[in-house]
Amino acid sequence: MEREVYQHKGDNLPRPGEHSQEVLSEATVHRYWRANLRLVIGLLLLWFVVSFGFGILLVEPLNRIPFFGFKLGFWWAQQGAIYVFVAIIFIYVILASRIDRKFGVDDREPPPE
Amino acid sequence: MTTQTLTYLFVGLTFGIYIAIAIWSRAASTKDFYVAGGGVHPIANGMATAADWMSAASFISMAGIIAFLGYDGSVYLMGWTGGYVLLALLLAPYLRKFGQFTVPDFIGERYYSRVARVVAVTCLIFVSFTYVAGQMRGVGIVFSRFLEVDINLGVLIGMAVVFIYAVLGGMKGITYTQVAQYCVLIFAYLVPAIFISFLVTGVPVPQLGLGSETVDGSGMAVLEKLDFTLQELGFGPYTSGSKSTIDVFAITLALMVGTAGLPHVIVRFFTVPKVSDARVSAGYALVFIALLYTTAPAVGAFARLNFVETIHETRYQDAPGWFRNWEDIGLIGWLDKNRDGAIQYGPGAPFEGRPAFNTGQGDSGERLVSSAPTKVRNEVYVDRDIMVLANPEIANLPGWVIALVAAGGLAAALSTAAGLLLVISTSISHDLLKKTFLPGISEKQELLYARLSAATAICVAGYLGINPPGFVAQVVAFAFGLAAASLFPAIFMGIFSRRMNTLGAVAGMCAGLSFTSIYIVYFKFIRPDLNNAEHWLLGISPEGIGVLGMVINFAVALSLCRLQAPPPFEIQELIDDIRVPAGARVAHEH
Repeated sequence: MEREVYQHKGDNLPRPGEHSQEVLSEATVHRYWRANLRLVIGLLLLWFVVSFGFGILLVEPLNRIPFFGFKLGFWWAQQGAIYVFVAIIFIYVILASRIDRKFGVDDREPPPE
Repeated sequence: MTTQTLTYLFVGLTFGIYIAIAIWSRAASTKDFYVAGGGVHPIANGMATAADWMSAASFISMAGIIAFLGYDGSVYLMGWTGGYVLLALLLAPYLRKFGQFTVPDFIGERYYSRVARVVAVTCLIFVSFTYVAGQMRGVGIVFSRFLEVDINLGVLIGMAVVFIYAVLGGMKGITYTQVAQYCVLIFAYLVPAIFISFLVTGVPVPQLGLGSETVDGSGMAVLEKLDFTLQELGFGPYTSGSKSTIDVFAITLALMVGTAGLPHVIVRFFTVPKVSDARVSAGYALVFIALLYTTAPAVGAFARLNFVETIHETRYQDAPGWFRNWEDIGLIGWLDKNRDGAIQYGPGAPFEGRPAFNTGQGDSGERLVSSAPTKVRNEVYVDRDIMVLANPEIANLPGWVIALVAAGGLAAALSTAAGLLLVISTSISHDLLKKTFLPGISEKQELLYARLSAATAICVAGYLGINPPGFVAQVVAFAFGLAAASLFPAIFMGIFSRRMNTLGAVAGMCAGLSFTSIYIVYFKFIRPDLNNAEHWLLGISPEGIGVLGMVINFAVALSLCRLQAPPPFEIQELIDDIRVPAGARVAHEH
């Protein structure tokens, strides 16, 4: 298999902010990645519970519970899961940018002096 | 003004807007053509992604499918929205940081291999062409029913419009046209839904109307009444499914993972300025999509209820105009089995296969059906695709709402077709020519090749729309299954595994791809008579088999990558680089 020399230019990105000019240590990247993974795994658990849990695996028992004119399991499958999906992404946006700032790797332009 | 004049007016007006936007946002460079210059605002990108994603299938077919499947329709609702969670959390931000133009670009560079790139291009082209053929059929249906234009002419008009803005504007033209198309399609979807919800329940919010009491004085909630009515006709209850739990699980997961692996959706996240923008943009995209997807179950339930109440035990002579209009183009068929002049509706197919018509009329004035009747009492054939389009007519809504729905259906089909054609042309000009076979070409030549391949792809798509291969509807499962079994695992491991190398990734993609295609081809084309739960592997239907394909891809990749050295130093650097949002370099201690 022929190997290509890797040239990553990232020419599609804006100039990084002043604070990110400094070189990150491998340990920082490692710790940042652990924190990020914890967040992602937690949110995916929620994603699984509302759709595959409430909407599919537990749909029969939940259907015995009435919920504003719906059967609860049916509501999770056709309405509820979708609302939670939207919420998960916005929670991720907020918490991920908090982690970014904590490790000094966020990509927002620094405010003008 | 008649409904037809209004429809011409709405469709003409929206087409004019799309073309004007295309001229205003011409692409000047390959970066404009491939990723709209990389400067699209996250909200605009969210809208464009939503229009890109919601195709003729979402707009025209989905509510109809839910109307007839009831609970089982949930696989599409959860499957086609839950994929955005995977996209936002696992792929979009990292691919944006990678900062190149295409999905094969990432796979080719991360796995430092031309073979990997070409395998990715193959998957991409297959997935995208499957999809685009379906869009062109959607355009044909809308044109022939609402504008009474020949289906073929309809497809040609659609091709011409896409040609102008995709070839001229590339990603830049497509992005801003898709923003306009999203506005048209969501307005066109919500207006009739709100009307109908108000008529049936007195609640103008369809999401709440679905759980409310009907206003007919029966004191029953919509879903309760629907369960009751359908069970009286001999159907199963609307709110319970007939598919097995494992199949519902597998199909939902395959659609979610497939969604996250679809190239025309992924590339939309290359167009925003920053990594944080890619995350939030996926959130906006899902908000815009959820607006339609939470309305669809309401539309489906109301449509089914209205349909049964208007049609069942109605004399054909008294049947409303829409029944005959759709009968005229062959998407409804009625056979008066008991010769009482009235329409009886019930479970089971009324006759073998799709209706075939004789010339001449029956005793009540209906089109004579020549297909062999079945033994069940049901006398009506209804194509599921007509429910959304016919809904405003079934509910007796004013002419302008019907015209609006026609324009919305076209917006949904055209926006998706354009997005697909663009990833096809990009992967040819950029990945096959510039990066593999003709590395010496200049940017100007690359742009010319991109436009030429966009033009060719449009002609092929148009041909497929005019001469639809009989299997178009059946191979839609292919697109998701293949994306789930091939592209998603390769991209995912490229980001999350440092150990994954060329051998593992290429072998995984090939294994996932071939397993999934063989399974689908076997049950859909070679032995369709065996296509039932008894013969399926683990009880998983061909629609959901992409999940097993994905598991096989991961298993093969993770075991075979041990046989080859880990990725070289510069690839380790690339992995570090895409994992952090800011463009800092990482110091490695050695």
